[in-house]
This record gives sequence, structure tokens and C-alpha cells, in this order.
Amino acid sequence: MQTLVALVAGVLFGVGLALSGMLDPDRVRGFLAVTGRWDPTLAFVMGGALLPMIVAWRLRPALSQPLAGKRWHVPGTRGVTGELVIGAVLFGAGWGIAGLCPGPAVANLAVAPWAALTFLVAMVAGMALHTFAGRLGRAAGGGGGHP
Amino acid sequence: MLPDYALPGPGFLGGLLIGLAAALMLLGTGRIAGVSGLVANSLALGGDAPWRVAFAFTVGLPLGAALVGALIGPVPVTFPDLPATLITGGLLVGLGSRMGSGCTSGHGVCGLSRLSTRSVVATLTFMATGMLTVALMGS
Repeated sequence: MQTLVALVAGVLFGVGLALSGMLDPDRVRGFLAVTGRWDPTLAFVMGGALLPMIVAWRLRPALSQPLAGKRWHVPGTRGVTGELVIGAVLFGAGWGIAGLCPGPAVANLAVAPWAALTFLVAMVAGMALHTFAGRLGRAAGGGGGHP
Repeated sequence: MLPDYALPGPGFLGGLLIGLAAALMLLGTGRIAGVSGLVANSLALGGDAPWRVAFAFTVGLPLGAALVGALIGPVPVTFPDLPATLITGGLLVGLGSRMGSGCTSGHGVCGLSRLSTRSVVATLTFMATGMLTVALMGS
């Protein structure tokens, strides 16, 4: 059941990305181009996306458990670390360079498969770098890595 | 006054669907619809969701985009010309999203909507860095 819910959520998410224009790297970069030909579309997308989620967070305390699951897997909200900020800086740079973040990159496999795949192979390599650097750090007895 | 190339209507409508999808994921499975985390999870690079849940969500994204292409019409996209641009961006997005524990969906949509301090800081940081990067690239 959880798998079906996740599939429906993924499809709905993909439909939303495609309708909103957010699959277009040029349009995303247009939003970031505050000193150039600025395109405010992404702000409307973000506004639209926040509304159902604000409601969902308010509904959550009324549920003792997820509708199709046993328990909540929700991350903490506090504790700003150096790793969080450095990660966000790197992410923002990559987002600005290519105009792509993970959701649109994956959804674009159905629209511009080769370009999307080129980005995704590099993205997964970047993710793997973090995973293995973390494991190496833990194996050496050092800190680092994510929990 | 908005520029004529902006898409406030479709943007807001598509955004609502994205938010509904994230709400369905949260209330249905108890998990954050953070794409970077679910992609990593579906490739066994981290995360604690059952593999099939992470994979189902990830596969749904291109299915949804294909559905729009089939029912409404071609989805216009313009990608950077150089593969090197995509590769550099991809590496930074992959590494950065894991270090920063999230991306536009996890921090931006799911985190901002509950006013998570971590997500507010991450979102402001990657928006500012993205804007600076585009400004420095000159286009």
C-alpha cells in the first residue's frame, strides 16, 4: 500500500513539475537571474506547493500514525550545522549552473532523456561521493558523514 | 506587472499539485517527499525508507511528466548546450543535496511549510548561491 501511495505521489509530483514549467532549466535559471531577465514563475510554483503542505503539517498531529504506514519518519528541524550550510552552498551553485535540481532532473528522463541522464549520472556520482566519504570517515574512526 | 514570459497560472496550479503530492507522501507514508533523499534511497546510497517505496516515488516522476506530454502536449525544455555544464551542475547538486540533507523539495517545499530552522537556512542559502552563480555566469 505504501508503495502504491508513493507511486501516485511521484506521478502527481511529476505532473505538477511538467505543468508548472519547472522542467525547463532555462526557466529555473530565469528565476535565479535576478540581475538579468528575471522570471518569477518559480515563486508561484513554490507558493502553490507550500499551501497543501502547510495544511498537511497541521493535520498530522490528528493522526496517530500515517494513513498507510506504522510510524512517522520525519527529520528534526533544529540544529544548523556547517555541513548543512556548505551542502546548501554547493547545491545552489550546481542548481544555478545547470538549472536543474533532483526532481526535475529525474522527471526530465521522460522529456529530454539524454540531457537528463547526463546530469543524473553526475548527480548520482556526487551522492555516492558523499556516501563513501562518510563511510570512510567512520571506518577511520573520525567524525563526519551523516547519521 | 509580470513579464509576459512568466507563467503565474500554470506555475501556481503545478505548484499545488506538487504540494498535494508531498502532502500525500507525508500523511500516507509518514515520509518527507524529498527527491534527493528518495533518489539516494532507491539507489542504496542512504536513507531508511523501504527500497520499493523510494523507487516507486522516483519512477513516478518521469511517468507524471510523460502523462502531461501525452495528454496536454509537448513540455518545452531548453537545456544547457555543453555536457560539461550538466556534469558540473550534476556533481554539485548530488554532493550538495546529500551534505545539506535535502534539496528544493525536501527543504524548500516540505521544510519551509513547517518553518524548520534547518530548512529555512538551507533554502535561503541555496537560493542566494544559485542567484549569485547565475549572475557570475552572466546569463
